[in-house]
Amino acid sequence: MGNLRNVRARDTDWDGVRLHVVTGKGGTGKTTVAAALALALASGGRRVLLVEVEGRQGIAQVFDLPPLPYEERKIAVAPGGGDVYALAVDAEEAMLEYLEMFYGMRRAGKALTRMGVIDFATTIAPGFRDVLVTGKTTEAVRRKGKDGRRVYDAVVLDAPPTGRVARFLNVTNEVAGLARVGPIKHHADLVNGVVTSPETAVHFVTLLEEMPVQETLDGLDELREAGLPAGGIFTNMVRESLLPKRILDAAVKGRFDPAELTLGLKAAGLAEGRTNASAMAEALAEEITEHAHRTRLERRERLSLDRSGRPRYELPLLADGVDLAGLYELAESIHAQGAA
Amino acid sequence: MKTAPVLDLDAIIDDPGTRIIVCCGSGGVGKTTTAAALGLRAAERGRSAVVLTVDPARRLAQSMGLSELDNTPRPVVGVAGEGRLHAMMLDMKRTFDEIIEAHADPDRARQILTNPFYQSLSSSFSGTQEYMAMEKLGQLRRSDEWDLIIVDTPPSRSALDFLDAPERLGRFLDGRLIRLLTAPAKAGGRSAFKLLNAGLGIVAGALTKLLGAQVLKDLQTFVSALDAVFGGFRARAEQTYQLLQAPGTAFVVVAAPERDAMREASYFVERLAEERMPLAGLVVNRVHHAPAAALSAARSTAAAEDLESRGEHDLTSAVLRMHAGRMYLAAREQREQEHFVSAHPTVPVTQVPAMPEDVHDLSGLRRIGELLSAR
Repeated sequence: MGNLRNVRARDTDWDGVRLHVVTGKGGTGKTTVAAALALALASGGRRVLLVEVEGRQGIAQVFDLPPLPYEERKIAVAPGGGDVYALAVDAEEAMLEYLEMFYGMRRAGKALTRMGVIDFATTIAPGFRDVLVTGKTTEAVRRKGKDGRRVYDAVVLDAPPTGRVARFLNVTNEVAGLARVGPIKHHADLVNGVVTSPETAVHFVTLLEEMPVQETLDGLDELREAGLPAGGIFTNMVRESLLPKRILDAAVKGRFDPAELTLGLKAAGLAEGRTNASAMAEALAEEITEHAHRTRLERRERLSLDRSGRPRYELPLLADGVDLAGLYELAESIHAQGAA
Repeated sequence: MKTAPVLDLDAIIDDPGTRIIVCCGSGGVGKTTTAAALGLRAAERGRSAVVLTVDPARRLAQSMGLSELDNTPRPVVGVAGEGRLHAMMLDMKRTFDEIIEAHADPDRARQILTNPFYQSLSSSFSGTQEYMAMEKLGQLRRSDEWDLIIVDTPPSRSALDFLDAPERLGRFLDGRLIRLLTAPAKAGGRSAFKLLNAGLGIVAGALTKLLGAQVLKDLQTFVSALDAVFGGFRARAEQTYQLLQAPGTAFVVVAAPERDAMREASYFVERLAEERMPLAGLVVNRVHHAPAAALSAARSTAAAEDLESRGEHDLTSAVLRMHAGRMYLAAREQREQEHFVSAHPTVPVTQVPAMPEDVHDLSGLRRIGELLSAR
């Protein structure tokens, strides 16, 4: 990241977007990508809020921190001197805050909690819960400081998985049947104003595998139907093939000839004698064939993703798993590809 | 690696005493595929099995010949041998509707089914889905049409929701809040809140402000109608819970050899023990092996570097790099599994190797079944 000082002047694919919603099928690394995106957006002296809403404490795990409270706190410094804040939204706390902020009802709020109102809200009408947590998130997006400027340059929301995200964001619709007028409806309309505006982009995290790709494409359709703004597709854990195409093509057809490899193994001093070398070459040939099949499948999945017409970003598989250093590596990759 | 006992799934599916197998685990680890493969294998080994899936991927559903979500067990065509296999996809709303219709007189049922709160509750994804999956499981078990039911748990944000949901829903319907909300019906239609003490009054006031008067009224109507129907709601939840604890039930925790999934699996194993649910063992899906495992990652990398520096045998050095990557991945997966085994040394484990492609048809499922049982 050589020219971080120029970040502000640089065009990214999502200039003007303030709410980045990140979704993905389970197991695709949605929280990791959300965290890396927050770091990338903050780089060069910006202030970014990373929000999680499912009570999993995923952000704390990714940044290797103790569990986060319901409070915006600084958790990381971005490359080039920006700040990432984090918030684990809790529906119950959000409700208490909401009651206090709009109605000055702290005591009543506590009573509601004791009565199990949150149990109630999540059980009987999950739409209410969604309104509360998306409400908190969009409030952070809109919040302005004393100088009249937005407090956060961007907010990244680690959202529910792909299958649920359109429903989660489409709160107006979710509560429409329940509340046609009144404060809940008003609150939902405010949320809706933010999430359907060009200030929002819903990004998908996927792997180059059939099911996550299919879910991504289905998710994009659902967003379109719900009138929500689609963002980019982040393909995670990509392993580049080092093998030449002619080898892969031959291997897929079961026609890989291990003779050349046998010679190479002997030259490298890995095998003594012909039998030993060719046995090793045979075993490696098996790996090559599997690799070739997977590479072909990945190519097919890439093409399906390309057909969606959405901007695409590819993030490498981290050799050592996701640790803090790996997170910065992903952030750099996101930055270099122009997503932030 | 500390050696975990081997999970012998064939012994479990062959045991006529096994009546229910619950596959659970975090999202994206191949739970549904595991459930379907176990179902097929059980049927082909002579059982009369039904697989209840909650939210299968389209192609997996197609591989069992399921094309629609119609809440009815459909025979799976192409099963070899004496046994039989049915499969069904849960229709959460219809299952809920059926409970209402079975327990309420037509008038009251209509009142409930058309209420906006009921519609939200019955078609939402959290809580209700878990409850309805358990309800359906109970129905299938009571029907006694199959001697083995294999159920795939909902893709919850946390695997535990599925154990908690029935109780939560039950607790909620029996709760104080319900008493508060049903008060108007019991007070003959007059405003209930006048009759309540000061503490409840505050809550009622807050609810009115928060929800608005119309919402509160809809809610009261709904809750009082539902309350009458679900007199024994908690008892029902309790029954399902006991069914899961019964000796004929086997929980199979499914994971992938990655940190999050293994952590979730660990958590689940502990939780099942706490709840005295019978755990059969852990299935680790998508494990990477290297056929040329005798060649270590370090040696492979060193040899590749050597060839590269000499500018010879490009292909061999690329293959050696690929192999080293695969060995590193296998080692990392191994470490994740070792963590689990150290923490839970008595839990039987079985592994399924990673496959390049997803399952599309019965023969793919059959292959997974063989791998699940391979020793």
